[in-house]
Amino acid sequence: MQKLGDFKLPHFFNYPPYFTLQPVRETREKQIQLWKELILDYCRTQKIFIVRLEEEFPLFSNSVIERTLSHEAREAFLSALVAEGRAEWLDKGRRNCLILWHRIQEWADIIVNFVKDNGFEDSVMTVEEIRSGIESRGTELHGIDRTILMRALKLLEQKGKLAIFKGTSTDDEGVKFSV
Amino acid sequence: MSNFFSKAEVTSSGRPVLLHNEVECHLLSAVDLEPEDHRHFSLLKSGLLILTTHRLIWLPSSSASTPTSASAIPLAAISHIFSSKKSLKSVFHSPRIRFQVLVSSDGRVFDPSSGSGSSSGSGSRSVVVTAVIRGKGDCDGFLVKFWDSWRARAWETTKISSSGSGSASGSGAATGIGGGLYSSDGSVRMVGVAGILRKEQEMWESTDKSLQDAFQDLNALMSKAKEMVMLAEKMRQKLLSGTSSQTSGTNDEDMGSKEEMQDWLLSVGIISPVTKESAGALYHQQLSRQLADFVRIPLERAGGMINLIDAYCLFNRARGTELISPDDMLQACSLWEKFDVPVMLRKFDSGVMVIQNKSHSDEEVFARIKSLVTKPEALRTGISPTDAAMTLGIAPAMAKEHLLTAESKGLLCRDISPDGFRFYINLFPEIDPCNMYFVKDYGICSTWIKAVSTTGIGERSSTFR
Repeated sequence: MQKLGDFKLPHFFNYPPYFTLQPVRETREKQIQLWKELILDYCRTQKIFIVRLEEEFPLFSNSVIERTLSHEAREAFLSALVAEGRAEWLDKGRRNCLILWHRIQEWADIIVNFVKDNGFEDSVMTVEEIRSGIESRGTELHGIDRTILMRALKLLEQKGKLAIFKGTSTDDEGVKFSV
Repeated sequence: MSNFFSKAEVTSSGRPVLLHNEVECHLLSAVDLEPEDHRHFSLLKSGLLILTTHRLIWLPSSSASTPTSASAIPLAAISHIFSSKKSLKSVFHSPRIRFQVLVSSDGRVFDPSSGSGSSSGSGSRSVVVTAVIRGKGDCDGFLVKFWDSWRARAWETTKISSSGSGSASGSGAATGIGGGLYSSDGSVRMVGVAGILRKEQEMWESTDKSLQDAFQDLNALMSKAKEMVMLAEKMRQKLLSGTSSQTSGTNDEDMGSKEEMQDWLLSVGIISPVTKESAGALYHQQLSRQLADFVRIPLERAGGMINLIDAYCLFNRARGTELISPDDMLQACSLWEKFDVPVMLRKFDSGVMVIQNKSHSDEEVFARIKSLVTKPEALRTGISPTDAAMTLGIAPAMAKEHLLTAESKGLLCRDISPDGFRFYINLFPEIDPCNMYFVKDYGICSTWIKAVSTTGIGERSSTFR
């Protein structure tokens, strides 16, 4: 089976029609489904949070069969993810897409578990520490996209699980848990 | 009873011997000549009346029981021609032409060419002669020409010239009534250079005359043309208004006469304005059937399906003249649904229109495409319209339509790349998004993988850069 780095690719990745946006509705729907799953899988395993359409994205090209997804196709597949709530456009021009291979709610749950696992129920941490601190190593939180993290934290703040406060410098935000 | 009229010379085949410069102008068949005073003179019954520039010649019909000899009335002897009176009586009678002739002292028609009747005796008495036209000829036309010839007085100029030539050529020239170039058997005697010149002159004169006639007709036609156009317009309007005011229950008779009008308009080159609503003018129906017959052979050669444009070109080429317009072609094809013909017009989603056999089966074509596209080579590289064309035995454009149709049915998938437009067997239905890596045994995916892996495509790994 073919690999992209250490990512195992499915057999149909070498099927040329997979890289041409299909016009027939039923066929296209299936194609979109397969691409959605593949994108999410890939991003999850590679910890990719943002896909930029105008840049090279390894998944969108297959040098073996010499095919590349057209811009139209890329937009179509990502829009399908957005519609499902698994992604968000970061700009109006639809050039940058935030991939939510975990939904925000899922991230929020992960944070709560993280807090519980490490006994941070009443602690204070900086946002940066959550992202890249020693404790987060080995967890999914490590290296999480800052935008996503903030959204998850805000969601938890709304639920009263924590409070966000500004630190001494502008990007030194902190969180007080009350999980 | 002696003949009222002068004797006219005829040839052995019954043709009149014409005088010098005499030209025939008109003729009527089944004519009786009745002198007013026919108690003393015999009637001439049911003969051929020939008007010439010089005379009125009456020839007996060959079916006449009593052989009456041909007679003639010199136009010079005619003193008056009566205009035709249209009365109630004349509706029931055969048409009549009446004229007045001068009668010489012996009671017969004055014959100015012969010696009989001295100048003093001429003009003393006149007798009315009636020509009863029992045949179907054009009497009014004859009468007009009669007037023209009589007024033209061609015999007067002839007399001058013939008397001149007669004295010059002496004995050799004139023989009897048929002086000049005409011999007794009616054939023209061409004497030397004079003959040739004479012949040339005659040709010029007759050409000139016919040209004049033609232009007369043309002038008449031109003046009529405007009326014709107006008439055609009126009819067209009538047709248009007729259909727009149609009620739900159309009268069959109305439709019939409307179709007739349409046909007439079409035959004079005017497009019928009601093409869509009508059941189809007769012209289109005939064309439709003709086209169905014609298209059979090209269809066979093309493998059962032919592009409409190609069929149009072939058909027109075969017709040679009377080419049909694209609209006619479309009309003719559309009418096929109403008839029981073995062909049909089909429009693909892409807009391409084809003629195909009714017996044509899409399923059969798809079966053939499927078998083509599951061959190992095709699994690896797909098929192009050209490949399909060769296998199916049809034109590439037609093959592409079939491939597109197969695609729309979910049989194939397209692959667009710099290499071109190709089609592969559709693998997607077999793949489960929730279990993407699973490949069913003996399914199409596994067949595909096997075919592809022989070239090593599936086995190579690419490393992330």
